[in-house]
Amino acid sequence: MTYLEAIADAIKLEMRADDRVFLIGEDIGVYGGAFKLTKGFLAEFGPQRVIDAPISEAAIVGAGIGAALNGMRPIVEMQFMDFITNGFNQLVTVAGTTAYRWGIPVPMVVRGPSGGGVGANPFHSRNSEAWFVHATGLKVVCPASATDAKGLMTAAIRDPNPVVFFEHKGLYRKIKEDVPEGEVFIPLGQARVARQGTDATVVAYGSAVFMALEAAEILEKEGAQVEVVDIRTLVPFDEETVLASVKKTGRAVVAHEAVLTGGFGGEIVARITENAFRYLDAPVRRVAAFDSPTPFAPTLEKAVLPNTLAVVDALRSVLEF
Amino acid sequence: MAREFDAAMLRLYRQGKAFGGVYSQLGNEAVSVGSAMALDPKTDALFPMHRNVGAHFVFGAQIDQMMQNQLARQGSQMRGTDGTGHYADPALRIYGNVSHLGSMIPVANGFVLAARMRGEPTVALTYIGDGGAQVGEVHEALNFAAVQKLPLVLIIENNQYAYSTPNSMEFAVDELSKRAVGYGIHGETIDGTDVELVYETCRKAVERAREGNGPSIIETRTMRMRGHAEHDDFSYVPKDLLDQWALKDPVNTYAAVLVQRGVLSGETVKQIHDETFNAMVAAIDRTLELPWPDASEGMKNVFL
Repeated sequence: MTYLEAIADAIKLEMRADDRVFLIGEDIGVYGGAFKLTKGFLAEFGPQRVIDAPISEAAIVGAGIGAALNGMRPIVEMQFMDFITNGFNQLVTVAGTTAYRWGIPVPMVVRGPSGGGVGANPFHSRNSEAWFVHATGLKVVCPASATDAKGLMTAAIRDPNPVVFFEHKGLYRKIKEDVPEGEVFIPLGQARVARQGTDATVVAYGSAVFMALEAAEILEKEGAQVEVVDIRTLVPFDEETVLASVKKTGRAVVAHEAVLTGGFGGEIVARITENAFRYLDAPVRRVAAFDSPTPFAPTLEKAVLPNTLAVVDALRSVLEF
Repeated sequence: MAREFDAAMLRLYRQGKAFGGVYSQLGNEAVSVGSAMALDPKTDALFPMHRNVGAHFVFGAQIDQMMQNQLARQGSQMRGTDGTGHYADPALRIYGNVSHLGSMIPVANGFVLAARMRGEPTVALTYIGDGGAQVGEVHEALNFAAVQKLPLVLIIENNQYAYSTPNSMEFAVDELSKRAVGYGIHGETIDGTDVELVYETCRKAVERAREGNGPSIIETRTMRMRGHAEHDDFSYVPKDLLDQWALKDPVNTYAAVLVQRGVLSGETVKQIHDETFNAMVAAIDRTLELPWPDASEGMKNVFL
């Protein structure tokens, strides 16, 4: 099952099990979504539960919030996560503050494809997860494997809070795994140790997990055992697993595809230095995108986005420190 | 009741006991009350704005609870996390606004969409001002409601000024309800100081909505007789404009109509006023005796 199929599978199973779950977005019905993730959903669940909406992200996110306030469990699709900027106010101003102000749950998932590396353009490639971490009141999920994508989507749909679910479009059809049939539930807020190691830790999420795993392979040939921690969710953040790994290895690199400055990597580094400073044998290094929009031409995009070799370089520098 | 609540809040503000914004609906009471009367509080939903305290009372809000909410005292339905009429009371089917005007109209859409999925006859009533109507989300929400034929009634309360900005600097159409044509929905502009006219117009809109004929825009023309909030001396409003509108005061004119029709006597009108005034004074006393919410509330419920 691909990463994309795993997400669709989780949604389908939840829709079959719970009448309150419905979909709303652009071109998700007859067309089945820009990436065909909701292909066949209209036929199975009908137009009441698979709603094609006008190009109005604020109206779509707002409809999700209102339906959630009134007992439903909407899944809102952003055709590309870049377009959440047009629904940003609804998410940040309304969805993220409602539990705090009113004590009323807003069980809504806003999901869609994010990330670069596929030659899209600055408006179809952004990694904007950190914005929502800073918003308060929103859970933020960035799965890296197909099984995680399925299990975390199940958890996101059942969560009583608004969840922003970032699917990496580069992973949609790139990874194929034996994903368990039937219900898979992975609680939000639990990191996964994607590879065991003793000499250094890479803390990563989303596409950067693959860069980290490839980097670990390369360094293994040089005699270093690198541990890879996939945090899976940014909010809630599993600090415990990250700190346990860093305390064990004493060296850390933090990697994400999003731009460097103001990225979630900075927060991870802060947590490490605040809580595990005395365990560190080297300064923590970050690997991230250059602080620019994601450019269009392949040469430019390749230069701006982080890659496996950047993680290898960072690991070598902490290992040799 | 709405008027006396506003007056009570104004007194508290002047005494330094109310903080944040105190937004009077003086001169606009007929809109809040007349429109909310057109709904069924058992099945419908109210998405009020900050100047709709009259609608809250029609839906059953209690004075003490409202004061606790407004003054952020213990007992506030928002635990002190927010104020200014932003509360929600699901038992009363009231869902307050946020300070970003227009943001709750898309949410009202979703609320009735959910009700429709379950076969419930809920109509949502919501409001926007002559200023707020220029927010992009209002356009998106109206178009969405029109396409989905959602049971939504939007009152555009045109009270002439958006904070300090007059109509002429906010929009170029002569009647805001004409925008309905662009959405393919019903729209009309009425005198917002006539409570019976507001009620009757809204009743028809609610009926259309409930029968599946989609949303309506009703522009109500009134005058904001106070500043944007009580800190604002509204010196930018010409005095003669206020004098003209004062003659159309919705509460006094309707009381006179009822006396003329023999429904109420002059004594009864005075008695209602005095009783309401006293109820507000007593509620203020009770509320101000309440402690502030415990500081620990600020760190709770970010997530449920």
